[in-house]
Amino acid sequence: MTDALAGKAADPKAVLTGSVPLTDESEGTSYLQSLPRRLVTLYLPLSIILFVLLFPFYWMALTSIKPDNQLLDLDTYSPFWTWNPTLKHIDKLLFHTDYPIWLWNTMLVAVCATIISIIASVLAAYAIVRLRYKGAQWVGGAIFLAYLVPPSILFIPLSTVVFQYGLFDTPFALILTYPTILIPFSTWLLMGYFKTIPFELEECALMDGASRWQILVKIVLPLAVPGLISAFIFCFTLCWNEFIYALTFISSTQYKTVPVAIVTALVDGDIYRWGSLMAGALIGSLPLVILYAFFVEHYVSAMTGAVKE
Amino acid sequence: MAEIALNRLKTIPRDVTAWDRLKTNKNWLAIWFMLPAAVFLILFLAYPLGLGIWLSFTDARLGRAGIFVGFENYEFLWEDSTFWLTVFNTILYTTVASTIKFAVGLYLALLLNERLPFKAILRAVVLIPFIVPTVLSAIAFWWLYDPQFSIISWSLRKMHLISTNIDFLGDVWNARWSVIFANIWRGVPFVAITLLAGLQTVSPSLYEAATIDGATTWQRFRYITYPLLTPIIAVVMTFSVLFTFTDFQLIWVMTRGGPVNATHLMATFSYQRAIMSGYLGEGAAISTAMIPFLLAAILVSWFGLQRRKWQQGESND
Repeated sequence: MTDALAGKAADPKAVLTGSVPLTDESEGTSYLQSLPRRLVTLYLPLSIILFVLLFPFYWMALTSIKPDNQLLDLDTYSPFWTWNPTLKHIDKLLFHTDYPIWLWNTMLVAVCATIISIIASVLAAYAIVRLRYKGAQWVGGAIFLAYLVPPSILFIPLSTVVFQYGLFDTPFALILTYPTILIPFSTWLLMGYFKTIPFELEECALMDGASRWQILVKIVLPLAVPGLISAFIFCFTLCWNEFIYALTFISSTQYKTVPVAIVTALVDGDIYRWGSLMAGALIGSLPLVILYAFFVEHYVSAMTGAVKE
Repeated sequence: MAEIALNRLKTIPRDVTAWDRLKTNKNWLAIWFMLPAAVFLILFLAYPLGLGIWLSFTDARLGRAGIFVGFENYEFLWEDSTFWLTVFNTILYTTVASTIKFAVGLYLALLLNERLPFKAILRAVVLIPFIVPTVLSAIAFWWLYDPQFSIISWSLRKMHLISTNIDFLGDVWNARWSVIFANIWRGVPFVAITLLAGLQTVSPSLYEAATIDGATTWQRFRYITYPLLTPIIAVVMTFSVLFTFTDFQLIWVMTRGGPVNATHLMATFSYQRAIMSGYLGEGAAISTAMIPFLLAAILVSWFGLQRRKWQQGESND
């Protein structure tokens, strides 16, 4: 309480406009530190950690454009840079393997599974938070528990289930099983967003004769767009990332997704495979990194929101 | 004018049919709203979960339904030294990786919470290892750990720290530390960014007050940051432990459990037994054996959440 007051006192303009930021952006006591001290305690460790976190990507990118002879001869050429980059590996990957098909499969599965999950989660989250039917709290708790069930204990029984339903070795095996990972997460996330939408809006709409469906589509969803974007991006990333189901349920090469195909189909005995392997890893990550670059804030809020709620 | 009003009055009251009541009944509506999610979660989550436990009591093979054999699979595993080796590996992997992820993640979060230029960009860059699909970064690590052409070995040799290349994935303990390092590398951003979100809600005025009272850096961390961060730490660490314990991708790509099963985790071991060798029942028993550990993690998470609400002075709902 006193913090809020102090914040308001410190920033009269924010009070006038009625928008006091939730996070305190003031400088704190950091100005007491001298530059040399900050160099040692802050910039040095930060750059070491960043170097370790980013070096594998640099190495991945460099490997995918290095000519073969430089790739394996570390002593003649400096291994950390190349003056004659080549697109040979990328060319081989895109035009002499099934890589474009795998990329398309991954995209198809990720988009379909995400859309199914978002629709199911919006309905479920709205019912749990706003319809508050009998036992809604218990269902909310159960959904959180479902979020904690990891795929690595489910894939064995799921493989028999997928087989029973006749889905084995089709894209549907993945499109229909991925929502089990995504629905609990996105329902949980959307429940948090729906809770922040004021009740009064819905009460007004109800008095004006709107049905629940109209309220959901015309009032709640437009207000929850940031939440929907967060859920969409996070679900899409999870799909793209998924490995164990795709490895178990898909056996023919033409239906494989990128992560599985790279490990099973692209790895051969060839000693010069590293260039195209790294190119495959790089291109497989690019769609996610691009998506991420545009929606960093949504991504972070999805990640932290799921933890905080 | 009056006539119109009267007419309207006449038309309004009509019999409230059972259908009207049903249409506005919360529970009836809720069934339809919950249906899609419920279908998926029951067909592809709850049912397989139960089926998995049932399978662990049968001698099912790949492509053949099994018959009930009681605890035979578990008895077999109990005698199997490879199984105990994977349990040891999994516990080692989880404890070491989670502890270091927590320490480095918290440290990185504290660093990023300082006054920095380009803070938003830095935060975005830190998260990249978490965005990139695990399998693809695992392949990059595989190449970094190559026995002949590893850039790490090469650099250490040029610095005259070692004389021969390190066999990262070929030696038992080297392989264990190598996969643990890759797991830490991937997990640190998640821990750091979520803890950073928690740190940003701590008001700097608390630190100012403590500094005026003569608190040292350590005291400020210990008596302000840590207590305020405890609830979020509990939840983040539960997730981290949960996902490290059930890890599959990193191991499968980098070592497939080798050398001599030194890096097999319970998840990879169950895949090997169930899918590759075809002993579904046995594989299911290995997965089921993971459940008690997961329950323990979930309980910790649950109490972490409860404590948070209590700290904020809210009632539990």
